[in-house]
Amino acid sequence: MTADLTAWEQSSVTRVVPPLEPRKLAKVPFVELADGRLQGVVSSGSDIERVYVSSIAAGTYAYNCSTNNNRQCGGLTGYPCKHLRSLVDEAVVQYGIERVARYLRVPDPDSTDAGELRRSMLEGQHEPAPAAVVFSRFLRHLAYLELPATTAPLPELHWFPASGAVR
Amino acid sequence: MLAMQLAALAEDPPGAAEALELVTAFDEALANGLGRLDERGTQAIIGLAGAVAATPLGDRAGEAAEKVAAGSVAGEHLTALAGARAALLGAVHDALLTHLDDSLGRTRAPWPPAPAEGSAAGAGPTAQAAAGPGSTAQTAAAVGGAGAAMGNLLVGCRSWLHELAITGWRGVGHDLASAADQAIEAVLAEPGLRRLAVLTDGLAGELRASSPVAAMEKVPVRRWADLWTRAVLLSEPDWLGTPEPAELVSGRLLILGVDVHEHATVVQAQVHAVLESAGGEARVVRAAVSAGKVDTIVGPAIWSLLEGYPVLTGALAGGRSVEITDMPLLGGGDLVWQEDRAAPQGAADPFATARVMLAGALAPATPPLDRHPARIAEPVFLEGYTTAKTGDRISLDGHDLAVAVDRLPSSGPLTPKLMATSTACVGLLRWDAGRWLLQPLAIQATVKKQPVEEHTGAWAQGPTDPKVVRSLARAGDAVTVLRERAGRLLRR
Repeated sequence: MTADLTAWEQSSVTRVVPPLEPRKLAKVPFVELADGRLQGVVSSGSDIERVYVSSIAAGTYAYNCSTNNNRQCGGLTGYPCKHLRSLVDEAVVQYGIERVARYLRVPDPDSTDAGELRRSMLEGQHEPAPAAVVFSRFLRHLAYLELPATTAPLPELHWFPASGAVR
Repeated sequence: MLAMQLAALAEDPPGAAEALELVTAFDEALANGLGRLDERGTQAIIGLAGAVAATPLGDRAGEAAEKVAAGSVAGEHLTALAGARAALLGAVHDALLTHLDDSLGRTRAPWPPAPAEGSAAGAGPTAQAAAGPGSTAQTAAAVGGAGAAMGNLLVGCRSWLHELAITGWRGVGHDLASAADQAIEAVLAEPGLRRLAVLTDGLAGELRASSPVAAMEKVPVRRWADLWTRAVLLSEPDWLGTPEPAELVSGRLLILGVDVHEHATVVQAQVHAVLESAGGEARVVRAAVSAGKVDTIVGPAIWSLLEGYPVLTGALAGGRSVEITDMPLLGGGDLVWQEDRAAPQGAADPFATARVMLAGALAPATPPLDRHPARIAEPVFLEGYTTAKTGDRISLDGHDLAVAVDRLPSSGPLTPKLMATSTACVGLLRWDAGRWLLQPLAIQATVKKQPVEEHTGAWAQGPTDPKVVRSLARAGDAVTVLRERAGRLLRR
């Protein structure tokens, strides 16, 4: 009765989440596909203390960009600002365009026309979205780097082998 | 390893397949949700409980199966079923490891028996005492008030795990996948609960990335049931009360290689080595260092998170041995690494260590609660084999062994291509999805008529391949960039 399960389904160490590609983090330190949006944090080009929270909703492509204190980005003049374009560019590097397109529910995500897929993601309307949630997720993300390193063995990590050597 | 040993290993230990069939049936039921079992699911949990009927778990598992089958699913029932599943896989682990020891002629230490009631305090150092103040051992704080506070932290994780079991993987969507975020954050902040924290964080990350799971073509039923089972057991308050026995050891640590583990938010480098004590006695040990990370830190960049351990990473990168003095060694063969009790020594060739010392070194027992086939990672040495062009299979006198090329980490120079050209290999024997696999840690090969040697830990103090150095420099240092952002934004 269980013979129909594949080796993949019976594997304890199957890779479920595809590995991310390395990318430059200085301009867009945080990108994620979560809460039904492509969302992230973009560093301000002029003020090192300031960051923008940018997001694009799956399905409608409704976009928003504001400072973490919810002040709307001055670059939103009826079109997506440069922060949103950077967000899309970096998300494509990090996840691959197919995964981003699939998440945002762009039609035909397997299309080889990357330019067209990218245009689709940026053709929605501006719609205010709360920045605080994304910003706090970014802070939580950064907090992982503050966790003290440990030398007590973590045997559960045998289920999480590192992989990806393909050079 | 010899061809003859490989041939012996290939035979399945009796009973393992039958036990795994019961586990698979339960895992399928869990995928559909224990909250609404169909006939097949009911049979599956009754079958699981029946398999442990003759053990001390028997009564509780039997009662749990009965109640869950009748539609009344309480937390204690799920814990009992998780315990039964863990016991069954523990038995499979034992059968596989005994079979491995018999096939390879390996001697293994017995698990230290539990100290007699009442004498625990005087029975030598435990993990708790040995790891010292501020220790992050899971067991370290199971005392008094600290234990109670931790118990409260466990409740959030437990209720999420229960909800997952009732709903089943196929019913998991964005909301349920993320429902434990706060609970996990709280558990992460408590060093004594690190094992549970990294496990649940890894599971939650996979469920988030896979939501809605109903849209997945196939569900990783064994894997998620494994993670769920261990998380349920680790979130039991009683787990904290069982410190692993430990002793203080000294001697020369001869490194065989490093096994790297990671998910989005954690990395662990686990070193496998032979410890040679002053008396000449040799045993197989491990030493692990781990750190929090984020998903954008990948490849060779992970090593910079472990720069607080220069003696260990230096020994990996430089191919050196290490003299250790009075370092705690847990009963399961894990050194609790302390840099100030380790001193770098001269060059030591892992191939020489594997060739000369491995066969006679005493192998460690697995702590009872950790026993699971996925935990088997037995260092071996192989040479004189032929390889498949893709590097994913080797053959020794006509006996094949699969190579786990997908376990070659992007943080090191060892690639499937190099594996395909190799002539000798130090690796770990693993068991997954019904077969043995070789996970390479170091290889000797001939490239362009020149002998080369590569190790997974060769870049532990930074990459040595100029191409990789350049591409790292182009991308900028991810860890430094994020630490700068953290420093500026986190404490406002």
